[in-house]
Amino acid sequence: MIHATSPLAIAVFVLFVAITLVLSSYLGKKAKSSAGYFAAHGQIPWFVNGVAFAGDYLSAASFLGICGMIAFYGYDGFLYSIGYLAGWIVALFVVAEPMKRLGKFTFADALNARFNSPGIKAAAGISTLAVSIFYLIPQMVGAGVLVQPLLGLPHWVGVVLVGAVVIFIVVTAGMVSTTWVQFIKGALLLAFSTLLSVLILWRGFHAGDEHAELASQSSATRGTARLTADNAALDAPNAVAEPATNHANLRPSGYVFRSLGPFTGDLFDNEQLATNLQALSGSKLLPPTGPWQGTQFVQSQDRDGIVTTWSLRTDNEGRTSLHEAQTVTKRSDGSVLVNGLPRGTKAGENQLHPVGRISRLPRGETSTGPLGPLEFFRILQQSEVVLWPSKTLVEPDGSSTTVYFQKPTPGSQVLRPGESPTFAGIRSDKFFDKLNFLSLMLALFCGTASLPHILIRYYTVHDEAAARKSTIVGIACIGFFYVLTLYMGLGAMTSGSLEPSDSNMAAPLLARSFSELLFAVISAIAFTTVLGTVSGLILASAGAVTHDLLESIGGMKMNDHERVRIAKLASVVVGIVAISLGILFKQMNVTFLVGWAFSVAASANLPALVMLLFWPSTTRQGVIAAIIVGMLSSLAWILLSGDTFANVYGLPKEGSIVPFSQPGIVTIPLGFLTLIVVSLLSRGKREMQAA
Amino acid sequence: MASRSSRMRFVYFAVYLGLYGGFVLLATFAPHNMEATPLAGVNLAVWYGLGLIGAAVVMALAYGWHCRSDQEHASTDASREVLP
Repeated sequence: MIHATSPLAIAVFVLFVAITLVLSSYLGKKAKSSAGYFAAHGQIPWFVNGVAFAGDYLSAASFLGICGMIAFYGYDGFLYSIGYLAGWIVALFVVAEPMKRLGKFTFADALNARFNSPGIKAAAGISTLAVSIFYLIPQMVGAGVLVQPLLGLPHWVGVVLVGAVVIFIVVTAGMVSTTWVQFIKGALLLAFSTLLSVLILWRGFHAGDEHAELASQSSATRGTARLTADNAALDAPNAVAEPATNHANLRPSGYVFRSLGPFTGDLFDNEQLATNLQALSGSKLLPPTGPWQGTQFVQSQDRDGIVTTWSLRTDNEGRTSLHEAQTVTKRSDGSVLVNGLPRGTKAGENQLHPVGRISRLPRGETSTGPLGPLEFFRILQQSEVVLWPSKTLVEPDGSSTTVYFQKPTPGSQVLRPGESPTFAGIRSDKFFDKLNFLSLMLALFCGTASLPHILIRYYTVHDEAAARKSTIVGIACIGFFYVLTLYMGLGAMTSGSLEPSDSNMAAPLLARSFSELLFAVISAIAFTTVLGTVSGLILASAGAVTHDLLESIGGMKMNDHERVRIAKLASVVVGIVAISLGILFKQMNVTFLVGWAFSVAASANLPALVMLLFWPSTTRQGVIAAIIVGMLSSLAWILLSGDTFANVYGLPKEGSIVPFSQPGIVTIPLGFLTLIVVSLLSRGKREMQAA
Repeated sequence: MASRSSRMRFVYFAVYLGLYGGFVLLATFAPHNMEATPLAGVNLAVWYGLGLIGAAVVMALAYGWHCRSDQEHASTDASREVLP
């Protein structure tokens, strides 16, 4: 889908960025010393810190990724919400108060409080960098995704823009400006997500009569695109047009998807189908060739040579109907066709049409009117939704066609776990598939309390009580937001505004289905969402480089002023690395990538942190070994996993040498085991030497 | 007071771990149970998911309240000690 640039959206976006930059410049003078730059002098009020926790934590993955996953697959995206929030229980009951008590600037400070070991500083510093870089990738990808529709700029420009603004925020005022940007972002995100959810409930669900809808839209849609249903299609027997959106309350997409049939017998020798197709600009069915053979798709070509793809559905009586699909073809010469025409918005060009609707409501109703929070789920449970899964077919010449096709799905199926490719393992008979799910949920539970950019926020408040109170405020804000993700995701699924090739745009496009102003504000908030989280990550990385690596390991002696200067330089370098990775990983779902960051964080940091707090026999060597083994094993597992093979290397998933993709269930216990074994061995050795 | 607070943290953590573990195991090994609609026509998956989020918020607030009342007790005890 190619989005028209909205001047209003640009104005709101520029306003948000300007406020952020002015705030950072204003606060710059408060961050001249290390204590100010890295920890805001420990003077942030606990309530502000709590909302800033939400601003820090509710990243692009939470807002864009989860909403997108729910919009595309249903309940499965909510599993991330549940896991992400559960991790805060570990943060509150296990690490919050000790972190504040033991540390000063970085996560390594707390680990090293008892030992004063350069080795621990080095290991924790490297792990902080690794986790932060992993976490930065999806944030930057999300930034690029947002800027495309908002400003009409290419993906890479969005990534560079976010990188530049964040570097400015972090370099000017460090933790002081980062905290206030996160506070503002957290508050705005909560307020407008609430507004969006209320609007979704107020609008209710709609499943308009298709023929009536077509009649009302046909004059507007005719001639806007090559494939628009026209009178010829309506006149054709057995031809039904399905609206992309279906009610006056929804902003119409202006496109009506067509259906033909049902037919009996061989489609390629069916006179009735041939007549129907002939009525569609003289179309004829094409015999399937190459990768199209044996698939659920057929193609037709009209008299002008335009190819339309149809998905086939067979009913209980063995009759087959054809339903118009959408395609994106990437030719070997680099050109791109959308629905058979070059991609673009000019005459003779095409773009993907927005999708997502309810095809059937309970008792044949066409509209529900405003719904209550529980009624929303009850009605959806009894309805039927048209989802748009995709399948990619590769031709022998290297060109590929991704087919997006309609899949009517019962609401009860949408609201149950295990329907997305990520969580399909739940319904698999294979043990390793189930283990993959368990592993991810364990990583989400253990990962939050191990994220460096979250942990350093405990140093920005005055004392342990403030650390505890701010965590409680954070949990309340984050929990409330995650409940809203279910409404926003399902609202997007049924809003008629989904971009079938990009799940990350679901939330902003949902807002656009209400009004252009709301789209502008939500997009700008999503952009600040990225800014807030990326600022925290870059600051955590800069702290790790300056305090943990250069000072402790490199042996650099720095005064306070030099320390801040080096941290600012490190921020610029990490920012540039983040920009590069954000461009490289453009195609990946942001939630998926964040799952990996959680696995690495939980495997590398949590065993050391927990054992240090609760096992007196923990030794320096044990802590170092646990961090290194946890980090390397989880990274190695991810790089060798089937998901990485398929999504990053472009190789067959089956080529992977690890049995499932999520490492947590193996590498987190491995971290604990390593710490215990190495601590016992090193302790025994020391006792023997003492004897 | 510190040991009471630690015990409380452990109990809250164990309770939540049980709730979360129950959800994950149910979704993994008996996913069909998640489709049951025990109340108000809403399925168990939605109820349990919302319940876990609600439980986290309630337990966090309860813990905060306990800690606050502990601190008040401690400050009352301290003021009694200095009274003649």
